[in-house]
Amino acid sequence: MPETYPRQGALDHLRLDARAVDDPGDAGVVMCARRFVGKVNLRGRPTKRFREAAGGALGFAPPVKPNTAAGAGGVSALWLGPDEWLIVTPPGREGEVIEGLRARLGGQHAAVTDVSEGRAVIGLAGPRAREVLMKGCPLDLHPRAFKAGDCAQSTLARALVIVHQTSDAPAYDVYVERSFADYLWRWLEDAATEYGLAVIRG
Amino acid sequence: MSRQVNRRPEGGRIDRDRSLGFTFNGRRYTGFAGDTLASALLANGVMLVGRSFKFHRPRGIFSCGAEEPNAIVQLGAGARTEPNLRATQIELFEGLEAASVNCWPSVEFDAGAVSDWFSRLMPAGFYYKTFMWPARFWPQYEYVIRHAAGLGRAPAEKDPDRYEKFHVHCDVLVAGGGPAGLAAAFAAGRSGARVILADEHSEFGGALLGLGAGIGGKPAIEWVESTVGKLRGMAEVRLLPRSTVFGYYDHNDLGIAERVTDHLGPAAPPGPPRQRLWKVRAKQVVLAAGAHERPLVFADNDRPGVMLASAAQAYVNRYAVRPGERAVVVTNNDSAYQVALDLDDAGVKVAALVDLRPAPEGPLADALRDRGIDVLGGRAVVATSGGRRVDAVEVGRLNDDADRIVGGTRRINCDLVCVSGGWNPAVHLFSQSRGKLRFDAAGACFTPGDSYQAERSAGACNGAFRLADCLAQGLAAGAAAARDAGFRKGRAPAAPKAPEPEAAPLRAVWRIPLPGDRARGAKQFVDLQHDVTAADVALAAREGYAAVEHLKRYTTTGMGTDQGKTSNVNALGILGQVTGTDIAGVGATTFRPPYTPVGYGLLAGRDVDHLFDPARRTPMHAWHESVGAVFEDVGQWKRAWYYPRGAESMRAAVDRECLAVRNSVGIVDASTLGKIDVQGADALELLNRVYTNAWDTLKPGRCRYGLMLGEDGMLFDDGVTSCLGENHYHMTTTTGGAERVLAWLEQWLQTEWPRLKVYLTSVTTHWAVAAIQGPNARRLLAELCDDVDLGAFPFMSWRDGTVAGIPARIFRVSFSGELSYEINVPSSLGVALWQALMTAGARYGITPYGTEAMLVLRAEKGYVVVGHDTDGTVTPQDLGMDWIVSKKKKDFLGKRSFARSDTARPDRKHLVGLLTEDPREVVPEGSQIVEEVRPAPPMPMGGHVTSSYWSAALGRSIAMALLVNGRNRHGETVTISLPDRNVRAAVTKPVFYDPEGEKLRA
Amino acid sequence: MLEITCPWCGPRDETEFDYGGEAHIDRPKDPDKLTDEAWAEYLFMRKNPKGPHLERWMHACGCRRWFNVRRDTFTHEITAVYRMGEKPPGDGA
Repeated sequence: MPETYPRQGALDHLRLDARAVDDPGDAGVVMCARRFVGKVNLRGRPTKRFREAAGGALGFAPPVKPNTAAGAGGVSALWLGPDEWLIVTPPGREGEVIEGLRARLGGQHAAVTDVSEGRAVIGLAGPRAREVLMKGCPLDLHPRAFKAGDCAQSTLARALVIVHQTSDAPAYDVYVERSFADYLWRWLEDAATEYGLAVIRG
Repeated sequence: MSRQVNRRPEGGRIDRDRSLGFTFNGRRYTGFAGDTLASALLANGVMLVGRSFKFHRPRGIFSCGAEEPNAIVQLGAGARTEPNLRATQIELFEGLEAASVNCWPSVEFDAGAVSDWFSRLMPAGFYYKTFMWPARFWPQYEYVIRHAAGLGRAPAEKDPDRYEKFHVHCDVLVAGGGPAGLAAAFAAGRSGARVILADEHSEFGGALLGLGAGIGGKPAIEWVESTVGKLRGMAEVRLLPRSTVFGYYDHNDLGIAERVTDHLGPAAPPGPPRQRLWKVRAKQVVLAAGAHERPLVFADNDRPGVMLASAAQAYVNRYAVRPGERAVVVTNNDSAYQVALDLDDAGVKVAALVDLRPAPEGPLADALRDRGIDVLGGRAVVATSGGRRVDAVEVGRLNDDADRIVGGTRRINCDLVCVSGGWNPAVHLFSQSRGKLRFDAAGACFTPGDSYQAERSAGACNGAFRLADCLAQGLAAGAAAARDAGFRKGRAPAAPKAPEPEAAPLRAVWRIPLPGDRARGAKQFVDLQHDVTAADVALAAREGYAAVEHLKRYTTTGMGTDQGKTSNVNALGILGQVTGTDIAGVGATTFRPPYTPVGYGLLAGRDVDHLFDPARRTPMHAWHESVGAVFEDVGQWKRAWYYPRGAESMRAAVDRECLAVRNSVGIVDASTLGKIDVQGADALELLNRVYTNAWDTLKPGRCRYGLMLGEDGMLFDDGVTSCLGENHYHMTTTTGGAERVLAWLEQWLQTEWPRLKVYLTSVTTHWAVAAIQGPNARRLLAELCDDVDLGAFPFMSWRDGTVAGIPARIFRVSFSGELSYEINVPSSLGVALWQALMTAGARYGITPYGTEAMLVLRAEKGYVVVGHDTDGTVTPQDLGMDWIVSKKKKDFLGKRSFARSDTARPDRKHLVGLLTEDPREVVPEGSQIVEEVRPAPPMPMGGHVTSSYWSAALGRSIAMALLVNGRNRHGETVTISLPDRNVRAAVTKPVFYDPEGEKLRA
Repeated sequence: MLEITCPWCGPRDETEFDYGGEAHIDRPKDPDKLTDEAWAEYLFMRKNPKGPHLERWMHACGCRRWFNVRRDTFTHEITAVYRMGEKPPGDGA
């Protein structure tokens, strides 16, 4: 009966909803907290057998090209390493993804771990979003080097992050360990101020 | 308010419609938009701007750029004040306030100038020779030296401005936006490469802004404007004016300091930062940094009014300012001839052009003579005269070897001496990149030799001083850089024509000889900022400091805020003469970043205040805050330290919290513990290899404590690992060790044991952990959990269940010695769990407790904290934990080291308990135990106190210590030496409370 | 700051990596059979050359993979990057 208690997102204490606008207008940067996104850590050597099994469960095969993401049906898989992916699901669907993966991967050397609550996700968009990231991230984020569908683990300010570019507009989802979420949000907000910041609902 | 007496009636790149008021040394002046502070001061007839560092001699504006040694000012007041800025680079803004830095009480009358009278007593190495002995007088010396020599002052208040950083990657970075840099950026940009062009000035064009030169049959400035226009049209070209490439680091990593709003002063808009640090990773670099004109070394060459010839030219052309009324130009090369013509055009009377070369000829010399200007060949200015400004020069004839003045000298009245001793390519960035310099005898200068990184030099910084060559080299370098960065399109465009008369060779004379009657006493300055003379260089060489790096440190030449931009090569030339080698044999000192000084604010950026370091928050953080918890930093975590009630002291709060745990129930936020999910067929094998104890018998549902060692046998981390199911474990680590342990295990798995089938996943922050501890913990849990049989839930086991309706994983483990449950729930439900426990626990007086009480409780039980009671030199045996070291396992990490002679010694330091004779005495942690009390240190050391607390449960102090042979000394009394007294304590076993563990297993 | 090419993620700033010291030091198969000297050799002794050096790095802020690098300790030039278990290219150091 977890629904008897309100779940607390990693950034709920900032009361972002009270500041959220429906129309960001001409804000240079638009930010939101994506609450309760499902996250599953998947490990396994990407053999044909593994990819078929995982692909059968997810509806698509996890990408083998480093620093890319793949997805279908609202679920995506971010490449984290040669035998590691972060499967991202809409809120509440992580359970079925975990069950599906475990069922299909049975008998293989693989690991499926629920890490939904371990990381927070901050949505970052707007015409100046790239510059905000450039202020603290050593990755080459130029459109020639980093496009929609690319993802990379790196540092942003003083936190470890996964940056996933979700659109060429540009728009990004930034994954950060839950305990760092407050710091990173404040850092991003401070960085975005000079461009005009709008907070929207996640 | 004074009039701009020296402003030309027209011309210059200034906006005469925008008049700007400013103050210098408290006096009000006006200048125009487009002025620098230096050009505005000159326009107002102000030449004297400072006092020299050592002798406090009057000094004037000497250059018009980054190389300025004299015009160093303190800018602004209050929190924004900034020392040691070059007036030649400060753009004028309305309300600017500046002051000289090295004078007292005023620049016109400086009390320190008496040191000039005693200057014979302050030779090279003076400070080393005088102030080093006797050593105990150093504090007094230091006070006097610092007071006398201060260059500016740092603001005492917090910097109110914002500083930003950008990380950027590019194909081609062009450093310098003069003719070569503009050409390079254009050639690279048209290939489609990502190009950054950075220039330290407010506008691009470099030297062209101050020259009347022509390109392609038009004024050069038109070529500049059209090229900049084309660059602006290229989508992948980024133009950074007011941006100094200050550092060239490894692997083409460069730093650029962009002054975004400095030039606006108080009128800066609130949005953008004051300055921005660009951290650039460039595939290719084109250095187009230009060149600095070199002064000539003659007697009293530091007098205000002595100025680099090119600077005087820039002042009349770019800023429409006459830096003097009557000029003498002295040169050893052709470049100053055009200066004399431009000065004459500007209405400055040119009394003579003095050329060190015997027979000046050519169209420029003819042009001067046509205008009635004396061109004096084979002669040099040997000395100047004047007070706060030069009023005349003495000119004498050089002999063929340029080591003697022959005949008498001639006096020429003037208030401006324009000097040119040739040009030094600005090889600073090239040298920083570890490129090798070579000496170019024709130009008498150092030029870039072999490159070290992916970089090429073009234009004047490459020793090309003719405009046509600069343009051609720039275009070629830009095109080649783009090609090497992978942009194959296109070749270098054809260079536009820039006609110049053929240049005659220069005549290098490093030190103008003194007339025979004045062999002593006259000061021929080499380094104006550090008051180093030619005689100092010679003395240093005679005293054995003849290597360039020694010379620099002994005389301080080339140090200071200007880093010897105008002095280095002259110093090397004189050193070469004195030591009988040539300058090429002497070599050059290494240039280090930054090219010009960079403010701390820029480097700190926004990593200040609450963004200085991340504050990691547990899911229950806001709850702790809401009840007034005091937090402590544990690594980057903020952990509740204690929870004072009202005005309660820390000691009272911690006592209350400890007693609540011992007598009823307490609750602690343990979310920060490291948690690693371990899965795979070889998970058990991994545990056996990395822990000291055996894991084969651990059944699902059970937990076991383990120690991890380094291969040296020393304790590395500890924690409890639980068997979740077949081939599946939940490992916990210390709070501080979470990342370290995961990395350690991954290292072994990836490098040494790649065949082990194990996957590790960090789940530290997936779980929120509330631990309830105390004799009432089971009763409390029973009220909220009805799906776990608490009666059949022994110590060191775990159960899945539901607590307050929340799915939970409950571990019955303890760090307090009490009956205890660590309840893990998904992080988003941590607060819900915590609040439910607080509500249900009210009837037991449930008490939240912090890390301090946690430490007291564990110390009462003698549980060690890795990194608190251990320090990387401690084995399990030292801690008396042999019981957890398997004797049966063939191998595990660190095992072999137990047999090393030092590790196996029986008399190592062992963990003991200490009970002070006075039970109220709580000795500080870190206190030293001495084996013998002597009146003063040193005393023989026996060990140190690692943990020390007041134990409310025991009503006395307790401590733990690492003591030599301590295990065999229980019952002895030892002495703890404190700064003001000695404390005696009995050595005991390190367990103080419930030694049999009855409460734990209850 | 160095730029190191992770064999998986490509070129990244040095700040993303952890340094692991000299590469190709295999843990002895049977440590108990070693003399103290031989164990100390494994435990403490490193080449520490001025010049080319085979060393381990880990992409700590990225894919967390360990790999090998041949880096000149004097010039910082990186002349090879290869995965765990692979032999150093050419003549090694």
